[in-house]
Amino acid sequence: MAAHNPQLGPDGELRHLLSIEGLPRATLMQILDTARSFVSVTEREIKKVPLLRGKSVFNLFFESSTRTRTTFEIAAKRLSADVVNLNIATSSQSKGETLLDTVANLSAMHADMFVVRHASSGAPHLIARHVGPEIHVINAGDGRHAHPTQGLLDVYTIRHYKTDFTDLTVAIVGDLLHSRVARSEIHALTTLGVPEVRVVGPRTLMPPDIEKLGVRVFHDMREGLRGVDVVMMLRLQNERMSGALLPSSQEYFRSYGLTPARLALAKPDAIVMHPGPMNRGVEIDSAVADGPQSVILPQVTFGIAVRMAVMAILAGNG
Amino acid sequence: MPTPPTLPDAELSLDHLVSRMRGAIGADTALVGIHTGGVWVAERLHAALGLPTPLGTLDVAFYRDDFRQRGLKPDVRPSDLPFEIPGRDIVLVDDVLYTGRTVRAAVNLLFDYGRPGRVRLAALLDRGGRQLPIAAEWVGDVVDVPADRGMIVLERDASGRLSLTMEEAGGGA
Repeated sequence: MAAHNPQLGPDGELRHLLSIEGLPRATLMQILDTARSFVSVTEREIKKVPLLRGKSVFNLFFESSTRTRTTFEIAAKRLSADVVNLNIATSSQSKGETLLDTVANLSAMHADMFVVRHASSGAPHLIARHVGPEIHVINAGDGRHAHPTQGLLDVYTIRHYKTDFTDLTVAIVGDLLHSRVARSEIHALTTLGVPEVRVVGPRTLMPPDIEKLGVRVFHDMREGLRGVDVVMMLRLQNERMSGALLPSSQEYFRSYGLTPARLALAKPDAIVMHPGPMNRGVEIDSAVADGPQSVILPQVTFGIAVRMAVMAILAGNG
Repeated sequence: MPTPPTLPDAELSLDHLVSRMRGAIGADTALVGIHTGGVWVAERLHAALGLPTPLGTLDVAFYRDDFRQRGLKPDVRPSDLPFEIPGRDIVLVDDVLYTGRTVRAAVNLLFDYGRPGRVRLAALLDRGGRQLPIAAEWVGDVVDVPADRGMIVLERDASGRLSLTMEEAGGGA
């Protein structure tokens, strides 16, 4: 492990959730186990527990993402926290205030937790280094770097359907180059002991040294899907695409779209996941997205429980 | 002072509790055990009293008032209440009744599932030391153990036999 992991306190307890990279297996399992308890809470008539009563959670979205912000907001509210949503892309930053000034001002309002989404990799780390010891930071997606709660909800979903990580083959398919989700998924899967993690995609959308993360690289979709237990599709990141990496989205679908015929190469009980929002007809066929092997909507439900677990564990660590 | 307090035989305390509750519990009454020791007691009561309503279980971790001091334990078990709560006659079951804080948390949790008709409390052992205005309807036995002597813990061996032991205060692990 690195000499100092900024996410962990002196006793190894979770202080911030910035990246799955470097977190011990026991911490991931603690989050998954705790999330399981929260799933039952979200199925009750009164979907609220009092753990974060009186705490203020600030959603700092320097990059807009309605879905992620909403799931964090629901998670915090189900823990009885007060939630303040700040869409900073359109507020004081445009008046020239720096990132750290913004955070200092919100800290002065007695924030207890910041949920940070930022287009620049490392922005949540920077914030975590500058906040007081009583404030916790959760990375809700930074640049191309990480999206740890998405990675956690993905492994939660796999555990729910497949139970044991240690005999699985998992394929992550699509735009690996621009995907912070994929990086978080790979770290989570390898830490939890998944023996074979495959990445499948065109050369132009594959980071050059991705093998170093302990994955097998496939450029042929059919080869990559053969015999897998889990297919994790990635969104084709149109808005992050710079230059001509792809001829067209129709061309992409012909080579890497998940169709019923390609899914048939995976194990018969393979599950299909997607972090959303989906580009139907680009990376995934509607027949698969809405089909019996799709667990895309349960992922959303589990995502709330996982975010509740992360927030509760952080708040419980003082 | 140095002599360890004498704790009752948990199996005898259970017999006392069963005989006190018998006749006072209706067919619609639901027993709800509080994890973990309370569930063991509730399972035994449920069998001994031959109750038709399925047993419920609660884990009060999300409702504890010492969350800020102690954090969240990792394996919070899902609460399971396999019956309708509104209007229900409920008996909460715990192993050792002490400060009353666990029972407070359990009552709050219960009300997040609906509005019960009545909630009563059964405890295997009452050790005194209440910090809240909470009393049990039935207890198996009563012992007076000062707070500085540590925690009384219910254990269950492989054969299902229950026993009470003292975890000395400041005694390390």
